[in-house]
Formats: sequence, structure tokens, C-alpha cells
Amino acid sequence: MTGKLLEIKNLSVIYETDEATVHAINDLNLLINKGETLGLVGETGAGKTTTALSIMKLLPDKTGIIKNGEIKLEDINITKATKHDMRLLRGNVISMIFQDPMTSLNPTLTVDYQIAEVLALHKKNMGKEELSKRVDEILEMVGLPPSRKKEYPHQFSGGMKQRVVIAIALACEPKLLLADEPTTALDVTIQAQILKLMKELKEKIDTSMLLITHDLGVVAEICDKVAIMYAGQVIEIGDIKDIFESEHHHPYTTGLFGAIPDLSKKAKRLSPVEGLMPDPTNLPSGCYFHVRCNKCMDICQKEEPLTRWVNKEKTHSIKCHLFNGMETL
Amino acid sequence: MAWKLYNIRKKGEYMNKPLIETKNLKKYFQTSEGSLHAVDNINLKIDRGKTLGVVGESGCGKSTLGRTILRLLDATDGEILYKGQNILNYNFNQMLNMRKNMQIIFQDPYASLNPRMTVSEIIAEPIKVSKIITGNRKINIKVSELMDTVGLAKRLVNAYPHELDGGRRQRIGIARALALDPEFIVCDEPVSALDVSIQAQILNLMMDLQEEKEFTYMFITHDLSVVKHISDEIMVMYLGQSIEKASSDELFENPKHPYTQALLSAILVPNLSRRGEDKEIVKGEVTSPIDPKPGCRFAPRCPHFRGECLGKEIDYKEVLKGHFVSCILYN
Repeated sequence: MTGKLLEIKNLSVIYETDEATVHAINDLNLLINKGETLGLVGETGAGKTTTALSIMKLLPDKTGIIKNGEIKLEDINITKATKHDMRLLRGNVISMIFQDPMTSLNPTLTVDYQIAEVLALHKKNMGKEELSKRVDEILEMVGLPPSRKKEYPHQFSGGMKQRVVIAIALACEPKLLLADEPTTALDVTIQAQILKLMKELKEKIDTSMLLITHDLGVVAEICDKVAIMYAGQVIEIGDIKDIFESEHHHPYTTGLFGAIPDLSKKAKRLSPVEGLMPDPTNLPSGCYFHVRCNKCMDICQKEEPLTRWVNKEKTHSIKCHLFNGMETL
Repeated sequence: MAWKLYNIRKKGEYMNKPLIETKNLKKYFQTSEGSLHAVDNINLKIDRGKTLGVVGESGCGKSTLGRTILRLLDATDGEILYKGQNILNYNFNQMLNMRKNMQIIFQDPYASLNPRMTVSEIIAEPIKVSKIITGNRKINIKVSELMDTVGLAKRLVNAYPHELDGGRRQRIGIARALALDPEFIVCDEPVSALDVSIQAQILNLMMDLQEEKEFTYMFITHDLSVVKHISDEIMVMYLGQSIEKASSDELFENPKHPYTQALLSAILVPNLSRRGEDKEIVKGEVTSPIDPKPGCRFAPRCPHFRGECLGKEIDYKEVLKGHFVSCILYN
């Protein structure tokens, strides 16, 4: 059950357009072990979705380029995989749940057809009857009555559509599930249902998960490890306890937590991170966060900080000059 | 300074009276399958300078309620009293005048701004339409004052919305709503399309403006942690009805209705204290709002369901001072 599943080393991704080069991912390192749920947290434009698309090799043709680095899934090198290899992997070994269930299903095909499609592609030895039996099983697994399998996506509510999307993603029992904001478009009570379902199914089919979200509440609920992203880099990563309960944090992480209205306190004002994400076509020198940082020092403007361990167990690391003196990775 | 004097005058006149009030307000939509009860018998009062939070899941009628109160939609039945006057009886011209006092901030800053207009044109439009200020020079001064108020840099005057990010666009939406010096603003999910740190900036701005200019807000949202932060009083809606209403603190400390309890327990808090707890109290999904049968509309999903829940309308009872619930558990 243990061991590395996905390893991303020094990944840099750019989007090349006629006008400018967008530096979406800058030297990103990530590790997901088997059976683990890693939460990838950050604001819009931090590069969360680009990370997921790089893993799936679904970056837009020609404009999205992996400039540097390596993505390895067990012993498969994804950065070097051919289109044909990727077709065998996607939906089978790695699958993805997209943010918006309203637009990620095909409106002209019945639900059972869309689930069976994945199975028919990857499990070639399945007969027609077996296939239809399996679809029923999967539907039941995600809490949908198999009697409704001949219906079209528009006949389902948002929460149910997301269940269908999850059914498609898990049909082949993948080793890695990429979930891109799976509950952002849903209501709170439905969100609670879907998160519970995802947690149960993850245990059941023993898969690892990369959960992309901007909601620290969702992270606290289901993740084992958390990586905080800013301007295409992981600036802090640690076990769930390290991120939520340790006293050492990157100033940006502190800012993110300060921006969330806290139900237990009656603070009159929120304390947001002032300013905006840096322009990815023109990133600042030194630490990318220094422009917005309230603890900015001279060195921050000149030198890019190294990532350093901030606890003895070596589970929690931060990329910030405030921790200079600690051991580097 | 002018603002302050204006406020003192306004304050003296209407202190401690509800600025806006609805009585048995109804909005039904006729569909081919029957009548859709989007807003059903809503009674509310908002005092000057206060914020009423309206929460509920998608489809509960909270946005329709906001729009009906502004008469952007025509009410089916009931009364909307603004400073005691029923504005449903107003004719077109009276309403045109009235609208200066009531504005709205929309949810999606990407869809609610005209892509062909510059920032200054967008903010100036309500001023030009209502003719409260005439003359380009005066209007420009007012626009730059408004941009200052909401924290938009002057250099953006001639920018188009697509050049700006979500937070700045929402600031334009706010500036436009403030352009006519309104008293009452309906905020329809103003921060739900924004990132947390930007969301916090906008919420802070809205609270500062309220303090300074005594705005009365009706704050519509599905995000309970935001609503607690900004509201004085909160109303919980379910399928067009108000099922619980109380002061913000009271509602969070002492939720009575099973649906409110479920909503509150489903909030994911950004700490580990409630990790692993079962948050799925309500099963199933919202039922159809078309021709609902009498009785509690939450009954099919309710863990406390019993026979009496159906058949007759449930009373909206005051269980504690200022705390209203409609649930047979408290009858």
C-alpha cells in the first residue's frame, strides 16, 4: 500500500502565445504516495489546473509546453509517453473529475452509454451483458438508482450529475484520481454528500487522489497532505496537521487562512492578502510573493528562497527566506 | 462632508423604523407543468443601516426574492413597503424615481458589465439615466469620486471590463450601485465568484461603506460563513418559504429548524476540529417547487419527519424574541 505513486520533479510549464509567454508552472515538485489524498490549494491562476492537465498530458496543443522536468507515475515517465500510451492511461490508470458537472457530460448521450464507453475502451474483454451489469454496479456504488440509467444528463440535478462524473472516473478503478474542484459548483448539503461518497469510494477501490481546491474547509475534511501553490510553485507542503496546526507558515498561507470568515470568532474585519497574484507573463524577481508580503525583507526581492524543512520529522517544508538556517531538502 | 450631513438628516427622519418591509410577498411563475412557487409568503423587515442575510440552496427563491423586492420582477401578490409606502402601487415614473434609492449588485462580475463600455461609462450610466447630475464635467468628477470610494485606480477610467480581474470588476459593480447614493442595496451573491482573498477584500469594503454611509443591505448568498460575518439578521429559505429567521448570533448558536441545523453542520470549517464527523445529515435533494402540497416542504428530507408535517401549512412561530421558526417540532 505504501510507496511512491506520482512524482513530479522540477516541472515548468509555459503557455506560448503570439503576444507573451505565460509562466504557468515554475519548478514544481510534488509527491503522492499510494493511497494518499493530496490537496492542492491556491487562488485562481496559481497553476493548480495546469498541474493536473500536465499529469494528464491534456495541455492545449502547441501553446501549452512542458519546458522542463519530469512526471513519473510509478515506473511510467509521462513526460515521455506517446499519444497512444496516454490514451491507454487516461480513464484507466489516471482519471479526472472536472469542476463543472453541468458541462463535463455529453448532453446527447444517455448516462449508461457514457459510463460504458470508458469500460468498453479499456476493458476490451467485457461482453455486452457483463458491461451492462458493471454499469449498474457502478451506478449503485455512487448512489444512483440503476433504473435511471437510460436518462440524459439534463434530467439529473447538479449533485446527481457529479455522481455520474465520479462514476465515469472510477469505472476502471484508476490508481490516481485527479479531482479539479469537484464540489465548487454544488450546494453545501450536496457538497457534504459528494465528499463523503468520494472518501468512501477512495477507500474501497484503494486509489490515490489529487484534490484541487481553493476551499480550505474541503481540504480539512478529506486530505492527508496539503500543498499550497502560488504563482506556479509549491510554497508550502506538509501533512494535514502541519498545515492546519503548526505555528510555522509561509506568509501567504497565513494570509489565506486570515481571509476566511471564521465562524467561531466574531471579528469585525477580515484580514485578506492585499494586492493580486503577480502577472504570469512578467513574474517579479526573487520570491514571487514579496510584492504582497507583509514580512518582506531585502533578500526577498533579490534571491529566490529555497525550500526548507521546518520540523524534525521532515514532513513540513516551506519555501521562504524567513526560515533560512533550517535544513534544505 | 456632504455625505455626513446628508446621512444625519436621513438618519433623524427614519431611525428605528424598517426601511423596507414585505408582507405576504408572493412570486409565482406559470410553467407548462403548473405554477412554480419561487417566493411564497415572505414577510421581512430590514431596519436602516442593517443587513439581512438571506441563505438557502440553489433554487430556493432567494434571488427571485431580491429581484421582486426591487420590482425587477412583478410580484404575484403581497406588499412591498418602502418607508411605509407600498411600491407595488407605483406607476412607471414613480418607480423610476424610486429606483434611485434601491440598487443591486449582481453575482457574476463577468456577465453583469457591458463589455463594450469603459469603466467610467459603466459607472456614469445610472447617473445619466436618472439625470441626478448633468454636465459631463460634473459627472466625471462624481465618477472619479466613486472609483476612489471603491478602491479603483484612476488610471482604469478608460479600461474595458475584459482587461480587469474579477475583484476589480466587482468593484465596478459596487461603484455603479453606489452611483445614485441609494439607501437600500440588494447584494445577490456578490462574492461567490471570487477567490477567498479577493472575497475578503470586497466584504471589508462593503462593511466599511455601510458604516460610513448607513446603507441597508439585503445580502443573498449560499455561503453561511460569509453571511454570518456580514449580517445582523439571517433568514433561511427553503423552496420559496422562509423557514427560520433570527439574529445572526442566535441562529448560529441556537438553530431550531432541522434544515438550518443540517445547513450549519454541512459547513466545512478550515480547521481539523470536525474532521471525520458525519456531516451528511440531510439525505436526498430539493423537491420540485411546482404546485407544492400544503405542509412542510422540507419533510421528505427531514430526519424528524412525522405524519403531522404534511397536510396543513405549518405556522411561522416566534419561539424566542425575534427568532421565528416554521416547524411542527416547536408548535
